[in-house]
Amino acid sequence: MSNREKYLNAFVKALEVTPGEAPALVYGQSKAWDSVGHMSLVAALEDTFDVMLEMDDIVDLSSFEKGKEILRKYDVEI
Amino acid sequence: MLDQAALLALPPYGLKRQEKHAFLTAELTALTRLHAAGCPEYARMLAASGVVPDGVTEYEQLPPLPVRLFKEFSLRSVPDEALHRTVTSSGTTGQQVSRIYLDRETAALQSRVLARIMENTLGGSRLPMIIVDSPAVVKDRAMFSARGAGILGFSLFGRDTVYALDEEMKLDLPTLRAFLAKHEGETIFLFGFTFIVWQYFYAELKRLGETLPLEKGVLVHGGGWKKLADEAVNPARFREALGEVCGLARVLNYYGMAEQTGSIYMECECGRLHAPVWSDVVIRRPEDFSVADKGEKGLIEVVRVLPRSYPGHVLLTEDEGRILGEDDCPCGRLGKTFEVLGRVKHAEVRGCSDTYESH
Repeated sequence: MSNREKYLNAFVKALEVTPGEAPALVYGQSKAWDSVGHMSLVAALEDTFDVMLEMDDIVDLSSFEKGKEILRKYDVEI
Repeated sequence: MLDQAALLALPPYGLKRQEKHAFLTAELTALTRLHAAGCPEYARMLAASGVVPDGVTEYEQLPPLPVRLFKEFSLRSVPDEALHRTVTSSGTTGQQVSRIYLDRETAALQSRVLARIMENTLGGSRLPMIIVDSPAVVKDRAMFSARGAGILGFSLFGRDTVYALDEEMKLDLPTLRAFLAKHEGETIFLFGFTFIVWQYFYAELKRLGETLPLEKGVLVHGGGWKKLADEAVNPARFREALGEVCGLARVLNYYGMAEQTGSIYMECECGRLHAPVWSDVVIRRPEDFSVADKGEKGLIEVVRVLPRSYPGHVLLTEDEGRILGEDDCPCGRLGKTFEVLGRVKHAEVRGCSDTYESH
């Protein structure tokens, strides 16, 4: 599976959304991505890419696109 | 007002009295203007107090809002579309629920400030974490409570997180044992509400005659002593009891509202609660609300520079306490230190996350 697919999968599983919905999601703007979903998403991304995010990056993770940018800091190209 | 980056760059316990006081006065006065412009109810209360922001020379002159007003009114300074989430206190039957409205900026600011405070206490890296509570507390999103918000706020420091209790609030020993075996030798971060830790963790281990190897653990707990005071458990007894069942040597209390995680006062290794640079405490005499002297008991007022979306920057709590010192704690952290002496008698509410009722 490509990183792109893995990344999408993490959103789909952690936030219980469809692959079509995931790319438009913004933290706090949908029921799926609330603060509970947020911690599930962090855990899913960390498991998927075997990284440990810094606290500030967890706070910064506010959209599907932003997540890609953050993972780049951990040498994960989506 | 300072922007986020400048606020976050401040050393958590690094400003001396004069400098901190000037910083807080400037920020809190600016916040008073901001909220008066954004929240009509707040503007009316401010007008009724007779205080004009332009005339404020010390933040102690700003009128504190009694916390119970957040139960009686919907107090916020941002429009609907800016809301990120609303946190309610976990009211029990017959109690009114308070609502705190967070926009994205305030929510992020609170998380980041909590990160700075906890880094100072735990060190910078995220630790394997045990939440001494039930996952059910965060699952029911419709009932998302202060307890849930507190758990999620502190989860930021955890990794590989497990819950110590199951859905029915029963101690989950197999999960804990497996987790501790996996993380043997590592520092473990435990978080829980004081009453829950006592009743569902300590008392249960004791009853079962079980122990857990948590010598390298750090427990951070808060939420109030009300229920434990009824059982004659004080902080010293609490600490000692946890040492008995799991060897925990570091047990740190915090004071603050669970749902406003950026505004907490952490206990240091000397056992004192500390006001970080973004917050302060003022003790007021209940008879005339004048500022009490060091060591004198009175009502606790909390001030903090974080709330942008609701007028919660200067609040009068229903707790009593006293100032222990300022810039003079043996631990070396600057700022005021204080202790909490309990709830005011006849106060309308209990501790905000101290509301788990057994059925």
